[in-house]
Amino acid sequence: MSMVLKRRDLYAGLLMVFVGIGTVLQARVYEIGTLTHMGPGFLPQILGVILVLLGVCIGFAAPHEAVAETGLAIPGETTREAFDLRGGLAIASGVFAFIVLGAYAGLVPATFACVFIAALGDRSGTWKGALLLAAVVTVAGCVLFVYVFKIFFPLFRW
Amino acid sequence: MVATALTDLWHGFGVALQPSNLLWCFVGVLVGNLVGVLPGLGVMATISILLPLTFGMAPVPALLMLAGIYYGAQYGGAICSILLNLPCHPPHAVTCLDGFPLTQQGKGGTALGITMIAAIVGASFGIIEMIFFAPALVHVAQQFGPADICALMLLGLIAGATLAKGSALKGAAMTVLGLLLGLAGTDIETGSTRFTFGQIQLRDGIEIVALALGLFGIAEFIKSVNRIAPIDLSRAKVRLADMRPSKADLRRAAFPIIRGTLIGSLCALIPGTGPAIASFVSYATEKKISRTPERFGHGAIEGVACPEASTHSAVQGDFIPTMSLGIPGDAVMALLLGALVIQGITPGPRLINEHPDLFWGLIASFWIGNILLVILNVPLIGLWINLLRVPYRVLYPSALFFICIGVYSTNTSLFEVGETLVIGLVGYLLLRLGFHPAPILLGFVLGPRFEEYLRRALIISKGDFLVFVERPISLLFLTLCGLLIAAQIYMALRPRRSSIPSPTIS
Repeated sequence: MSMVLKRRDLYAGLLMVFVGIGTVLQARVYEIGTLTHMGPGFLPQILGVILVLLGVCIGFAAPHEAVAETGLAIPGETTREAFDLRGGLAIASGVFAFIVLGAYAGLVPATFACVFIAALGDRSGTWKGALLLAAVVTVAGCVLFVYVFKIFFPLFRW
Repeated sequence: MVATALTDLWHGFGVALQPSNLLWCFVGVLVGNLVGVLPGLGVMATISILLPLTFGMAPVPALLMLAGIYYGAQYGGAICSILLNLPCHPPHAVTCLDGFPLTQQGKGGTALGITMIAAIVGASFGIIEMIFFAPALVHVAQQFGPADICALMLLGLIAGATLAKGSALKGAAMTVLGLLLGLAGTDIETGSTRFTFGQIQLRDGIEIVALALGLFGIAEFIKSVNRIAPIDLSRAKVRLADMRPSKADLRRAAFPIIRGTLIGSLCALIPGTGPAIASFVSYATEKKISRTPERFGHGAIEGVACPEASTHSAVQGDFIPTMSLGIPGDAVMALLLGALVIQGITPGPRLINEHPDLFWGLIASFWIGNILLVILNVPLIGLWINLLRVPYRVLYPSALFFICIGVYSTNTSLFEVGETLVIGLVGYLLLRLGFHPAPILLGFVLGPRFEEYLRRALIISKGDFLVFVERPISLLFLTLCGLLIAAQIYMALRPRRSSIPSPTIS
């Protein structure tokens, strides 16, 4: 197992420990109740503790090779490539633009911005291609969802 | 018993052949077939995008369509693997090993022809298994008390967590995370809200569509963007006449198909082992028992026939625990269960008796759908291949819009689109750290029901945890849970052999 993978598993374990601790802290607010009458905090607290334990195990198993893998390597499932900043940023901003413009400007600008921004994330694409794609999806999508599926979403809001 | 099953099935055909149901079944398998071919757009993403559109439909056509996408995609996935060496769908990854060499030798058509036969044999067996096994399972399950159901859910969760892809510890962590996400929102029993962080919109819990599209849509797009290479289509030309396998090929494929079918149907019954595991196990088995194992990987027709038959039989069999016990075996089944709940149908042992239309209609639609798929596939392969010319840079922005509007339309709420975005970003982080998101969905769907049954079991036993070991059925399930965990620990501590049959693709 390479150095990178060891560190990856260490981070993975740490993340689970943090999420588990956070869960337990948050769940302490809710009543635990008794065993006969479980309160809302009962199961979350138990699950939080289990998550912490699992996180510790993942972190500790990291330096050893014997992480229990099922031995079924499935191609295309590796995630060891570097993060594609441009693509990831474009996709996230596209959805964000949809939310903001959807709330203040309506479906047409929201759709156009969402598709256009997301399409800019592809390194093989061009500005013109992205504009064209955004225009096509906006027209087709708005007609489909507003007129065919009758979803309530004003095309424009002022 | 056989007679009642056949009468019920007859009734099911009546339901499935109603024009509107037939139409939606057709739409489902067609869409499934299409996304099966397209790389970068998975079954999970497609079902969750279409899920909001089914809210206005009756439960039967909605389920027939969503199920059709799942098994329809299996037909498309095989085309991709054999003709293009693209493992777009995990169950068909192993088909690439021998399918693509056959294509290189100019025998791609034969491989596809054998695949069709394997598919229909495997699927038929899976359906028959469901016809007889599901009602029998229900019969047994009617004696289950809350403690037994609780233990069974635990078994399903542990199996789903540890037997799926990748590290068992990470799978377990994802299951726990899913359970916690499922508990967020208002607690039905006490009325108090949990993990809502003061957000009114979170009081109804996390929306399953948002969760599924975040994890399997947005996170997947972030992972795949700028990574999907243009596809070489030069070899992917198949004529109809090429698809007729020769007698020698048929003879060679006959027994592998039967073996694959049996392995697939067994895997379907073990919770947590879906089609992907079935196809790997059957490929490894076939290679092991072959008298000429050196032919494998260089275009052995058995290496296509066996995993394909087992995939299709496992896909149909996957529905057995889902429909009869309400325990989903994998993420797709969890999503379908979620769809049933949204339609107001309570999954569980009572489903078959309370909604015979749904259950038997679904089974009948499997037959119809599979036959439609075989008929469709023959003329449409050329069209599907041409669709692969649609580049990813066009595909993912369009799909992103469908995700946004799909989530929005679930409750006409932009807040939930934001929820999806957050879940997608977290999901990508988890993917990067080597976690597989599928168990999250499993835990999410089972979480609230697990808590409910745990509560009931403890109320009945007056807070005594011993109830779980005193009841024989629950003790059996708990023993199985213990065995599963022990097996995992044994595998982890044992010195690793390098000769584990793990087919990988270079």
